[in-house]
Amino acid sequence: MFKNLSHLNKYFSRYKYKILLGILFIILSNIGGVYIPLLLRSSIDELKKNIDFNLVIKNAFLIVGTSALAGIFRFMIRQTIIVVSREIEFDLRQDFWQHIQKLPLRFFQNNSTGNIMAHATSDISAVRMFVGPAVMYSIDTGMRFFLILPIMLWMNTTLTLYALLPLPLLSFAVYLVMKKIHVRYTKIQEKFSDLTTKAQENFSGIRVIKSYLREEYEIKQFESESKEYLKRNMDLVKIRSLFQPIFYMIAGLSSIIVLWKGGTMIINGQLSLGTMFAFLTYLLMLIWPMIAFGWVANMIQQADASMKRLLKIFNEPYEITDEEADDSIQNIDGEIEFQNVCFKYRENLPLVLDNISLKIEKGSTVAFIGSTGVGKTSLVNLVARLYDVSSGEVLIDGKNIKKIPLENLRKNIGFVPQDAFLFSDTLANNLTYGLDENNQEVVEYVAEIAQLKKDVETFPNKFETILGERGITLSGGQKQRATLARALAINPKILILDDSFSAVDTRTEEEILKRLKSFMKNRTSIIISHRISTVKDCDKIFVLDKGKIAEEGTHDELLLLNGIYADLHNKQLLEEELSELG
Amino acid sequence: MADQKDDEILGKAYDAKLMKRLLTYIKPYRKYVILAIFMNIIVAALPSLRPVLTKIAVDNNIANKDYHGLLLIILALFGILIFQSIVQYFLTYFTELIGQKTIYDLRTQLFAHVQKLSLKYFDKVPIGRTVTRVTNDVDALNEMFSSGIVEIFSDVFVIIWIFVFMFSMSWDLALVTLAVMPVLVFATFLFRKKVRETYRDVRKHLARLNSYMQEHITGMNVVQIFAKQKSELKKFSSINDDHKVANIKSIFYYAIFYPFIELLNSIAIGLIIWYGGGEVIQKHLSIGVLFAFIQFVEMFWRPVRDLSEKYNILQGAMAASERIFKLLDDNTIIPNPKEPVKLNSFKGEIEFKNVWFAYNPGEYVLKNISFKINPGETVAIVGATGAGKSSIINILSRFYEIEKGTITLDGIDIRTLDERELRKHISVVLQDVFLFSGDIKTNISLGNEEITEEKIIEAAKTVGADKFISQLPNKYNEEVKEKGATLSVGQRQLISFARALAYDPQILILDEATSSIDTETEILIQNAIQKLLVGRTSIVIAHRLSTIQNADKILVMHKGELKEMGNHQELLAKKGIYYKLYQLQYKDQEILKTT
Repeated sequence: MFKNLSHLNKYFSRYKYKILLGILFIILSNIGGVYIPLLLRSSIDELKKNIDFNLVIKNAFLIVGTSALAGIFRFMIRQTIIVVSREIEFDLRQDFWQHIQKLPLRFFQNNSTGNIMAHATSDISAVRMFVGPAVMYSIDTGMRFFLILPIMLWMNTTLTLYALLPLPLLSFAVYLVMKKIHVRYTKIQEKFSDLTTKAQENFSGIRVIKSYLREEYEIKQFESESKEYLKRNMDLVKIRSLFQPIFYMIAGLSSIIVLWKGGTMIINGQLSLGTMFAFLTYLLMLIWPMIAFGWVANMIQQADASMKRLLKIFNEPYEITDEEADDSIQNIDGEIEFQNVCFKYRENLPLVLDNISLKIEKGSTVAFIGSTGVGKTSLVNLVARLYDVSSGEVLIDGKNIKKIPLENLRKNIGFVPQDAFLFSDTLANNLTYGLDENNQEVVEYVAEIAQLKKDVETFPNKFETILGERGITLSGGQKQRATLARALAINPKILILDDSFSAVDTRTEEEILKRLKSFMKNRTSIIISHRISTVKDCDKIFVLDKGKIAEEGTHDELLLLNGIYADLHNKQLLEEELSELG
Repeated sequence: MADQKDDEILGKAYDAKLMKRLLTYIKPYRKYVILAIFMNIIVAALPSLRPVLTKIAVDNNIANKDYHGLLLIILALFGILIFQSIVQYFLTYFTELIGQKTIYDLRTQLFAHVQKLSLKYFDKVPIGRTVTRVTNDVDALNEMFSSGIVEIFSDVFVIIWIFVFMFSMSWDLALVTLAVMPVLVFATFLFRKKVRETYRDVRKHLARLNSYMQEHITGMNVVQIFAKQKSELKKFSSINDDHKVANIKSIFYYAIFYPFIELLNSIAIGLIIWYGGGEVIQKHLSIGVLFAFIQFVEMFWRPVRDLSEKYNILQGAMAASERIFKLLDDNTIIPNPKEPVKLNSFKGEIEFKNVWFAYNPGEYVLKNISFKINPGETVAIVGATGAGKSSIINILSRFYEIEKGTITLDGIDIRTLDERELRKHISVVLQDVFLFSGDIKTNISLGNEEITEEKIIEAAKTVGADKFISQLPNKYNEEVKEKGATLSVGQRQLISFARALAYDPQILILDEATSSIDTETEILIQNAIQKLLVGRTSIVIAHRLSTIQNADKILVMHKGELKEMGNHQELLAKKGIYYKLYQLQYKDQEILKTT
């Protein structure tokens, strides 16, 4: 039934001795717990007979002593089973992280960060609830039941049958309620997600809303979503409110039956008062497990659903692997060739790159230009093997890129991605991210090329300034320059700039390009840009259009073609020349 | 940036000021609250009656072999049970209703407040954080409003009732039994303190773990590009381990506390048997009293333990409410004038007089800008990125407040106008088109009921969007998915043109798109722009020479300053920046033409 959870077996087996010990403690503590009502029984019966008060005092001490012993075992249960659940949670999260680190870019583009985070947090913690509390309570409950039942039967079979009559009903009712709760709970979750989406969309589009005075309308819409959320919550409440009454009814019913039937039996001399009392106490001990049963069942159900979601991620293929790698290839020179490369993101989507063949000489600087969505980024992603080709071949130094061990390939590529992402760490640590250690010389050197020096002077702790939420927020241009410096720091054979200067003003950009020139000597560089000014000095410029190479050549050659490139040039001149004036 | 640590606020368990403010939200539902408390008293009392009735059954009926009396007691117990169950059902229902209604009020109030915040707030605070306030944080209060407050009453009442019955049966046995009370209270207090410390620790490590994951999932491509998986895994391990260790530490306290409470329970029972047993033998007490007392003890420790668990609910609620109130108190609002001036028969004249503007104090992005646009004129603003073009349109709609100078419409200062009145006359078409989920129709009308379907279609036809919309499977009712990702850039542009046209404003602000679009759509857009501009005052942030040449007036912006102004011919005659600009552009085009 819960086949997803069986995948946890390998984790359980790592801690099997601790778990077995925990189970032993559960048994021991229950033996203690079950003994106490027997002591009560004998005390009451002794008092009734009025014979030996010393025996009663002895019982009082025994009760405290037994409880102390049972308590020690209870302590040990948590120290074993619950601790193991935290260990397993750790292992599971560790495996999860190790796994997603290897997943391809595709995975991260198809799944939002929030979504992946939900798996890493709530799903793992739901599974933890199963591994810890759910396992502990179910063993505890089962054990208690199987210890108490024979004692009750031994004391009085008839009364036992009467007393236990309502219990199956209780469990069944709890189960039914739980099932309904589950359905309604899912509906609440759906609405909550709608509510979140609504808020998210509204806040993102607040400018439009304000411009067109749609605030009132939006508030009304949000109110109606909220109202629906309230309604669905109350639908759940209507069912969930049954829960406690059911428990009261059926548990109380057992006690009443015992008092009634037991009382009658006592009057008829078939039962002692102490036994009836022991019965009442045992019932109290059984009722809680019966409720816990429903609770645990729900916990297991949730854990199973969570595990299913986790397994879906665990089963995501790595896609980009070292399967065909030749470990003898340690370094690369930087010659890149595309042979009839086609690429699409998914099977039923259109081609993003359509039969591209090109060669980039070692040490040269080439540029790709073209409007949004023509496949520029996809093309460079193939060079860093963030994706693999759909057909055709990408060759580096004449060897198929798949032959080069992934780590060796990427260690040689300085990639500056489109979205300038920096970690919330010091600037120096960010710049040397690709190195194994912090190296001040390198930091200074790359900061100089990326024109960061002046900015750093204004930071409170210079290069040791922490960036991001806990520190200072960099401007878009500063971020881009920092990511550029980070890529330069690894001393790459291939440098890829994916539209890395969009937020850098043209003058600074020119400065950077000037300094990059000597850095790029003997390195292969690929520059993607929307700006003519960025690419005009490249050895070769490729104009991409609809996944194909539409034009190629140097700046002057392309202008003469009077095609897409020349057109783009015209449009941009106006703005660029303006900034040079003044 | 103190507000960025909001998510880590742990909060005190009880903060009188916050609580007072939270309680104001319950006020409208005080009838329900009173009802719930009343039902609580009943529900708390009924179970305590059971040991009392059991005692009577044991001492009077069973001892005297009174079948009939026993049956009466049984029936009474049964009646009580049913009554208790029914009251309990409604109690739960009403407490939840209080919680749900309160958070509904709070949530919609919060959302409406966010609508009022100026763009400055949205520049400053990441959207995700605001979303969390409106969704998760408000939900965290539910538990406190519903079960929290009411159940604390119920726990207290249960304890009170048990006290009452115990002392009325036998005050000396009650005192002996309650001898464990001080230890219980002290143990609970100590436990709470320890748990609070470890809870803080766990929360701290959890926050670290989550922010590490959040950050590294977002930047996973960087991790992979630099082949840093191994060292990142090591870092992750150590954070993950800290989290585990903190949790295991907290297990220790729970592991001690619960068995200890059970031990105290047993000690109390031991005391009852020892002292009460002696009293029974000396005939001072009946055996039924012992029976009842042992049952009372069993009933006693659950509310005590629950009370200490309520602590966590309160703490969570306090932290959430602190964050919520902080947002509610956020005053990044551009105030509306108290007695707004009316714009009667608005003609569409715009004037900037010595306008200075800064997003951050001191860093002026517009410096001493003055110009006048006559009704019906089209003005093109040209300039490089960062010259201040967008800022001009931001302050005209009063999305931001200017520092110095005045902006007037028909001679009236926009600060004296009602915000709605002002924006009603202005439509803004931005470069990146924002589409909402919903159908195309709603994306044009934005839900405004005054805009009929005919008007929507007419607007779409005018701007040339009708053609592609008609080709969609559901035409105007086609759902826009993933923020319009299924539509092309040009198509999204056309929709936003239709939107602007449907609202038929006196003033149109257009930020011409720079991104290149296929020639066919480009022509459509060019035509649409010409149609949009007709008959209204327009400001265009222009990127195309054709648009600029056709404008009545050109404003040449440079680094926040208005360098030149005039029409195309005037500016050329001036032989200034625009002239040079035009020469460059012109010369370039000539070269292209001759080759």
